[in-house]
Amino acid sequence: MPVPDQNEFFMDPNRCIGCQACVQACSECETHKGYSMIHLDFVDRAHSVQTAPVVCMHCDSPTCAEVCPADAIKKTADGVVQTARKARCIACNNCVLACPFGVPKMKTDFKLMMKCDMCYDRTSEGLKPMCATVCPSQALFFGTREQIELLRPRSVPTNQFRFGEQTINTKVSMMLPKSGKAEYVDVTQAMGEGVLGKTISLNILDGIYNEESTE
Amino acid sequence: MNKETIKAAAWGTLFTASVAGLIVLGSRNLAHFDAALVGYTFAVLFATFGITYRYSMWLQRPPTALYWKRGWQVFLRPRHLAKNIGEWFTRVPSEFGLNLFILQRGRLRWGAHMLIMWGCIIAIAITFPLVFGWIHFETLPNNLEWYRTYIFGFPTFSFPIHSVVGFLAFHGLVWASILVTLGVMLAMRRRMRDHGAAALQQFGEDFLPLILLFAISVTGLMLTASYTWMKGYAYDFLAILHAITVIFTLLWLPFGKFFHIFQRPAQLGVSFYKEVGEREEPANCRRCGIPFTSRMHVEDLIEVERQLGYRYEMKDSHVKHYQWICPPCRRSMLALAQGRLWTGERVSLSDVGGLMPTPTLGNAGPNQGPLSEEDRRNFHP
Repeated sequence: MPVPDQNEFFMDPNRCIGCQACVQACSECETHKGYSMIHLDFVDRAHSVQTAPVVCMHCDSPTCAEVCPADAIKKTADGVVQTARKARCIACNNCVLACPFGVPKMKTDFKLMMKCDMCYDRTSEGLKPMCATVCPSQALFFGTREQIELLRPRSVPTNQFRFGEQTINTKVSMMLPKSGKAEYVDVTQAMGEGVLGKTISLNILDGIYNEESTE
Repeated sequence: MNKETIKAAAWGTLFTASVAGLIVLGSRNLAHFDAALVGYTFAVLFATFGITYRYSMWLQRPPTALYWKRGWQVFLRPRHLAKNIGEWFTRVPSEFGLNLFILQRGRLRWGAHMLIMWGCIIAIAITFPLVFGWIHFETLPNNLEWYRTYIFGFPTFSFPIHSVVGFLAFHGLVWASILVTLGVMLAMRRRMRDHGAAALQQFGEDFLPLILLFAISVTGLMLTASYTWMKGYAYDFLAILHAITVIFTLLWLPFGKFFHIFQRPAQLGVSFYKEVGEREEPANCRRCGIPFTSRMHVEDLIEVERQLGYRYEMKDSHVKHYQWICPPCRRSMLALAQGRLWTGERVSLSDVGGLMPTPTLGNAGPNQGPLSEEDRRNFHP
């Protein structure tokens, strides 16, 4: 059954508070039960509380599927890039290394790549994915475009991402500032980017270490 | 017709002609070929062409072509050859004989696959040589109670007809049918009860193969029941029904899920590829400097992506290609890139003094972080 057209997935990593609810909920999903597929990284734990949740972005032209030598990754008619077919995946790790968003995970003892499939058991029946259901800050939001416009009047969703010379269009959108007028997110421009937020470097530990080393 | 199609058709024709030639040779110019089974033979010949054609087309896809070539290259690389051969003898029984990787996925799934796989192997090992006339039995000239087995027309071992060996051999297809039927029932049970499977399964890909295997097994068992206990009741009809199920499966073999039987051995090639890569030069992420895979793998992926038309090249003279960035850095760059666009819009930002943020996993519990030792490289330490 296809995902109802009206609902879309919107990501806003800036709103993430790192509560881990999505990580816990993800492992409840029936299609990969017990294993969490969402990535939640501290961007730079030593200097910031910023966290980055990443789900599969479900690319229009999925690099993971294209580089798969076993033809194990399929996209549904409604644009959801599914996790690897169990009969076909040969655990080559190509998809893990090629995904521009760093999404797939390799379960070597299963000889299987596993990844977020937007909770297809739920979304194909009109329910929200597990992560979006529990996200308290709505960094992960599943709903209609009208809903997101109402909730975030200063934001505008985009589904275009740029990696070097390559532009990738995705099914999942990311929230950008309306006033910025950026049409896409240039990921590789963030190569040397620092972490976000009001960074407070107290250097308390630095002092202690220095004192200890001089004693 | 393009070059790939012509090549695949040529390989298909060559393999089909080879099987046909072996049938003529093994049955001694069709002397031992059973004309009643000609339908099966032509179905096998069609399946041979179809499988070879699809396999050849599959091998010509850029990623498959590269890893097919690389798999053999690294396996045969002189300094790794001895170890690779030793590993081959360990992996073939454990991965293909015992399906231990499927056991890791689940006991029910493993049980179903083992029963179906071994049932099919036994059935194929018995029926194909019999249909092709490669094996036939003759009574001994001086003892009608004994059979002699002829393989490719050459006399081999003999055994008494009314013996345990005889009973087991002549009922081999019955044992195979029982194994397949049990396996199909277990697989069907899982498909009907598992919510995850219910969401993803498709009729053609997941149910049709099970229905076909069940149909072959049941009609085969009905044939045995007919001639053993029912004095051959409806035997002709059952024989035709059984032939239809088998022939349809053979014709469908190149197109459906059963094609994984021929793709699966590639798993061995990639395991050697990854292992040899591990022993050789690593690829260090050009953002964080942490090794995340082998240099060979990154360079090969860059080539595959280029052939597929992707342009992940970067202007940065140090990085050069996005493939040199490790997955955890890619994930954090996505969040940082979004934050960059919000600079001055949502929050006031301060500089962290030019430090390169190195993302780390956020307090992962069991099964929430890396899924395997290999997957640890998908996360920063």
